[in-house]
Amino acid sequence: MTVSYDNSKTIFEGIKAAGITSISALPETWLGLLLQRAEDDPDMQLIQVAKEEEAVGIAAGAYFAGEPHILLMQNHGMFGALNGIVSLAQLYGIPLCMLIAVRGHWGEPYPWHTRGGIVTEGILQALSIPFEHARDPEKVGKQIQEAWTFSQSSLSPVALLLTRDLMED
Amino acid sequence: MERAQCIAMLYPELEDKLVVTIMGASAQELYDLGHRENFFYLQHAMGLASSIGLGLALHLPEEQVIVLDGDGSVLMNLGGLATLARYRPKNLLHIIFDNGSLLSTGGFDSHTTAGITDLAAIARGAGIEHVAAVDSPMDFGEAAVEALERDDLSVIVAKVKAVGPDNYGMDLALPENAFRFKRCVQERKAAR
Repeated sequence: MTVSYDNSKTIFEGIKAAGITSISALPETWLGLLLQRAEDDPDMQLIQVAKEEEAVGIAAGAYFAGEPHILLMQNHGMFGALNGIVSLAQLYGIPLCMLIAVRGHWGEPYPWHTRGGIVTEGILQALSIPFEHARDPEKVGKQIQEAWTFSQSSLSPVALLLTRDLMED
Repeated sequence: MERAQCIAMLYPELEDKLVVTIMGASAQELYDLGHRENFFYLQHAMGLASSIGLGLALHLPEEQVIVLDGDGSVLMNLGGLATLARYRPKNLLHIIFDNGSLLSTGGFDSHTTAGITDLAAIARGAGIEHVAAVDSPMDFGEAAVEALERDDLSVIVAKVKAVGPDNYGMDLALPENAFRFKRCVQERKAAR
């Protein structure tokens, strides 16, 4: 199994088409090719963080600045960002458009990802964070655009879950 | 030295800056001097004030951003210092008031009490070049003036007493602060 070159390209094109000019991220395997494109694009600002919760603060700063910004992280990284999501974004009404590599679901071969994958949807539901799964490269561009639009209109975190079907060949 | 003294010294300089404070005493002491629309008070999410400052500074290179942080909050986001060092926004001044105490949450000693943990050394070790450690109002004032004139990322670690205001309260709902701060930032941007 390898990370999908074509679909990483499609997702990055979707991010660009949604008008996003800034990304905060913590690299993980599924996001690697995507982040490489972001780094190579002179019109995209990529801010790599040491821990995902920082990205919530950076996203708030970008929102105040009026810069279209998204967050890229793994589901386990989102767990480490939860207080920021709740006590900054949700508390103050700050939108977060999160693209989350969701590890540990159907077909997961790695034991270390499984527990996080099993609880991801329950955590999102408990926090009233709207989410959708991205499985189809034909649809992911539209889903990114819609996630962005909804985050801005609801002044809320939203999550687009990038699945194995999309991220691996 | 008391934090309130330092904030009062800074206050006249803050009018044309964007200011992010942490929760509790720092926020209250700034608010009590007179709220301005360019102040954002992060009343929770400890650790993220510097990350908000980084997001502002990187996307608004024409603004000067000042973060009023504390030892307890910085200890919750030490990685954030490394991220600041990596992106090195020229227009960010990160002031850490080190009172050695988790004052706002009961006054328990933080790891910096009695100089066990040296936040200035951590900031330098994270890769931040301009780090000043001060413990008198005169040194604080000098360090602040130098930092504001420097045109580079600066950190000031100011040792202060573990005291805060007698009364807490703001006539400013949290989302209201966010909405008005954003509007203020956007108006300043449009006016340029």
